[in-house]
Amino acid sequence: MGDFKGRDVLSIADFSRKDIEFILKAAKKMVPIARGERASRSLEGKVLAVLFYEPSTRTRLGFESAMKRLGGSTVGFADPMGSSVAKGETLADTIRIVESYSDAIVLRHPQEGAARLAADFTDKPVINAGDGAGQHPTQTLLDLYTIWDERGTLDGTRIALVGDLKYGRTVHSLTYALSNFDVDLTFVAPAGLQMPKEVVEHVRELGLPLSMTEDLEKVVPDVDVLYVTRIQKERFPDPQEYAKVAGSYRIDLEVLRNARKGLIVLHPLPRTTEIATDVDRTPHARYFEQAFNGVPVRMALLSMVLGGAA
Amino acid sequence: MRDLKVTPIRNGTVIDHIPSGRALKVLKVLGISGEGTSTVSVLMHVPSKQRGTKDIVKIEDRELLPKELNKIALIAPQATINIIRNYNVAEKHTVALPERVVGILKCENPNCISNAREPIESVFLVRSQVPLRVRCQYCDRELEDVVAHVL
Repeated sequence: MGDFKGRDVLSIADFSRKDIEFILKAAKKMVPIARGERASRSLEGKVLAVLFYEPSTRTRLGFESAMKRLGGSTVGFADPMGSSVAKGETLADTIRIVESYSDAIVLRHPQEGAARLAADFTDKPVINAGDGAGQHPTQTLLDLYTIWDERGTLDGTRIALVGDLKYGRTVHSLTYALSNFDVDLTFVAPAGLQMPKEVVEHVRELGLPLSMTEDLEKVVPDVDVLYVTRIQKERFPDPQEYAKVAGSYRIDLEVLRNARKGLIVLHPLPRTTEIATDVDRTPHARYFEQAFNGVPVRMALLSMVLGGAA
Repeated sequence: MRDLKVTPIRNGTVIDHIPSGRALKVLKVLGISGEGTSTVSVLMHVPSKQRGTKDIVKIEDRELLPKELNKIALIAPQATINIIRNYNVAEKHTVALPERVVGILKCENPNCISNAREPIESVFLVRSQVPLRVRCQYCDRELEDVVAHVL
């Protein structure tokens, strides 16, 4: 744990396989506390600054809940309007002020690189809670945790990433993180929204099995995990084309008919129509657990960077 | 003197083998804006045996420091630098890129925090020298056209 104390959490690329495994195991121990079944005061007296320059309910509440479950407290804002930011204060100045009020800083910001800038202006640990189209490492860690917790391992897992793989930052980070493990990847996306070249090259350079297809139904029987993402309407100039594509990547009972018994369906949420609500009642659905897992994963991280015992 | 467009300099620096047309970028990178007092000669599209044409910059009474030389590598990786003392070449250097390029390039991602009103300089990490590939330390994006993004 010594390695993590005071460390920034800016990008999933900063974490080795060993680091990731360490965090997942620490998160597992946090589950009873995250559920409120056990109390913890391990971060009592510590203050976490939670600065959200754009709205995000799940991530913000996930961090606040994680800190409070460990006996710590939070300060911050959920909306920069009404704060000094609205008066034109630079991020650098805000960070220099906030560091004197807190022991660690969680930052969500609409511009890429904001968390790295924040880390340049404080010695306190900075945790990136999403910077524009850039990084969102705690989302990736909770995705990994959900798969690992379900299967007991990440090695040997066959995972299909489905939807908008071109613009979706979660699928890029997840791919980089998964490529630390012995996984079999399938990228399922409509033409024009397939995974960016540099991500594909990274996987190929590591020699991991990889296939790419547009055909979701063909993939379903052969995988252990379906990681589904939203296809955004604004990516399509033609609304009819969007409707066609969105329809063909919708997960419903029919699509899951040939699924393996142990298949799990994940989604970073919020979903719109890409997973039918009928699927919620099947043993395949794991997206709500996945959202909950954000709490123990963030508890583990906070505990590690703030130096509290689990 | 009829065939000499620019005379040899007594003391200072001569930057030779700049790719044709990039001399003004070299001046920009070196922060030579015309405000100083030393004589600066810029030769563009000079016939060259090796590559058709080239640019040359001569700066009188100023010896460039190694840190300054390395900035030139971004736009003129083949450049040679001659330090002139009393009309003789006292030192001859080639250029080499530093691992981190600070405050010289502008990130092409408009949504990068380094393009916001923040008290920071841009930082690029050199991923490869040939071909030149640099990545923004803030947003991780690679610059597609390095020369066009010299500040």
